Amino acid sequence: MNAEIRPVKTAAEIGLADLFAAVRKDLPGGSSIEAIRSDAFDRFAAQGLPNSRVEAWKYTDLRRLVRDAKPLASRPDAAAKTAASGAGAVFAGLDVRRLLIVDGAFVPELSDLAALEAGVAIRATVEALGTEEMVLPFGMAGADPVAALNTALAGDGVVITVAADVVVERPIHLVFVTTGAAPAAMFTRSRLELGNGASLTLVETHEGPDQSDYQVNAALQMDVGDKASLDHIKITSEGAAALHVTTLEASIGAGANYREFGFTTGGAVVRNQLFLRLAGEGTITSVHQASLLSGRQHADITLTVDHAAAGSQSREVFKAVVDDEARAVFQGRITVHPGAQQTDARMMARALLLSDEAVANCKPELEIFADDVQCGHGTTTGALDDQLKFYLMARGIPEKEAEALLIQAFVGEVIDAVAREDLRDALSRTMHDWLKGRE
Amino acid sequence: MTALLDIRGLKAEIDGRQILNGLDLTVNKGEIHAIMGPNGAGKSTLSYVLSGKPGYEITGGEVFFNGEDLLAMDPDERAAKGLFLAFQYPLEIPGVATLTFLRTALNAQRKKRGEDELSSPDVLKRVRELAKQLSIDPEMLKRPLNVGFSGGEKKRNETLQMALLEPKLCVLDETDSGLDIDALRIVADGVNRLRATDRGMIVITHYQRLLDYIVPDVVHVLSAGRIVKTGGKELALELEATGYAQYQSEAA
Repeated sequence: MNAEIRPVKTAAEIGLADLFAAVRKDLPGGSSIEAIRSDAFDRFAAQGLPNSRVEAWKYTDLRRLVRDAKPLASRPDAAAKTAASGAGAVFAGLDVRRLLIVDGAFVPELSDLAALEAGVAIRATVEALGTEEMVLPFGMAGADPVAALNTALAGDGVVITVAADVVVERPIHLVFVTTGAAPAAMFTRSRLELGNGASLTLVETHEGPDQSDYQVNAALQMDVGDKASLDHIKITSEGAAALHVTTLEASIGAGANYREFGFTTGGAVVRNQLFLRLAGEGTITSVHQASLLSGRQHADITLTVDHAAAGSQSREVFKAVVDDEARAVFQGRITVHPGAQQTDARMMARALLLSDEAVANCKPELEIFADDVQCGHGTTTGALDDQLKFYLMARGIPEKEAEALLIQAFVGEVIDAVAREDLRDALSRTMHDWLKGRE
Repeated sequence: MTALLDIRGLKAEIDGRQILNGLDLTVNKGEIHAIMGPNGAGKSTLSYVLSGKPGYEITGGEVFFNGEDLLAMDPDERAAKGLFLAFQYPLEIPGVATLTFLRTALNAQRKKRGEDELSSPDVLKRVRELAKQLSIDPEMLKRPLNVGFSGGEKKRNETLQMALLEPKLCVLDETDSGLDIDALRIVADGVNRLRATDRGMIVITHYQRLLDYIVPDVVHVLSAGRIVKTGGKELALELEATGYAQYQSEAA
């Protein structure tokens, strides 16, 4: 490390340093894991919490937004487990395999681990760390300070492996839930290894109480094998005062088909950062994101897509509906590496502002180092179309209902990208609930 | 008997420009009134002011719809009371399926009138019957509203909406524009099926051609925001022969 050590300044940064010093010996993993954690924390401390002068964090100044460090959440007790058992209700009634991560800890007794499909293995991250498995190091995301902080402090999570050519019909649902009124911090690390030719739908939900300003720093690494098929859906509906930062890092193998979908409705400050590496040739990737924000919410989706091999296609569509004084951020960078010829990449960001004080910051970028590619990006920001609203009202549809119909139509394009009908319906219901909240 | 629509001395402006200039018009149940006039006379403005489009300022006069103050109502309320505007340029709404839109509109009106909402299969059945009468491909109903529809398809879709919603007063704004003769005949047939003793219509048109198919009881000439002449259906033929020049100079 030759980076200049920046003096740690804010109360939150001091608190995080104290926290790491206090808990480092108790975190899971032996000496090799501890060395990785120490190195990661040094990288974090050298940069501190990201601020608006850091380009990748331009619109989400964590130095300003994070006032203090919270204590690590204690492992869930009986009361916490009871409180958590009904979580993930958005997919209630669907045939999914529920895995509960309560206050940052995987809880097998609340999880459905019965009749695992042949070739599917599910373990707690704490277990993998116990055997010195190298589940913590990041690739592309390694330089990010918040990802480094996750590496330093990750306590638990889930490690899922699917053997080659195994088609898992039943979606796996990772239910992340925070319980309890006392604000705490949760650092989780999860991992998916999807074998060559395997197929899986992985769903994640994140939720917690409205009264507590808890902090979530969750990370998921996905290794998608050649010709594998993966649908990943993440719903962020944290409590009203929560800070939620997630890092998704995925490496996509040759000929694989990967559909990423994100839906953000809850949390005071949300940052979803996605680092996708289209590592093999001829992959097909789509990323669809929808943020529905109100009050003073702040949600930042920052996406980095690396086209590292030839002949891959990627589609990125981001839509934000922003009401009141909320702010939606979308940063998307597509990099086409030398040799990634015949890349076909399109990125679109559209924001719908429902109030005069709502803000959307969209920053799409293309970096192209190959000469035979098709790439494009676009961005639009605007209000609901008054002409369309009048047309609907002239047919007898009341104003709020007309607005809801137009908002549904706007977000619907993104939801339609979800392959499974049952999940699509559940997402539509989530959208309807949000729209009902506006009335 | 209370008139279906009673417009008295209506004045309206948009962006500070006076468009309607003391317009009087009475439409009774069972009557079809044609409003003809040169471009810029205020024909479309009249249709928008009646349906409550934002942006127009009413600077004088009154409008009563079945005896109620129409101008005090929001556009959705006017629709629920039975006012229907067939748009000159129907709007495209991506992401809203035509059938969803029809069901939402019908049930919103029924709800406002205190009637029971209809189930999706019931709505579908009604819509299918009407679509057949108007030679509308049922597949079109699944497509987003008016998106990728031809001019003729859009106008047939407007007529379908009108037939489904069963309004008391239909205002047809330049329904003939952009239609070839076959499409015009289908739309006119659809409109004529809606002729009823308890329903009135205002047919706004620049050309007499439409009135060969939708035969009016009364023809008005609108010029510079006022009705300047009223007559029977023969007035339309006269206008076709002489043009609007005399009325424009009268108004000036």
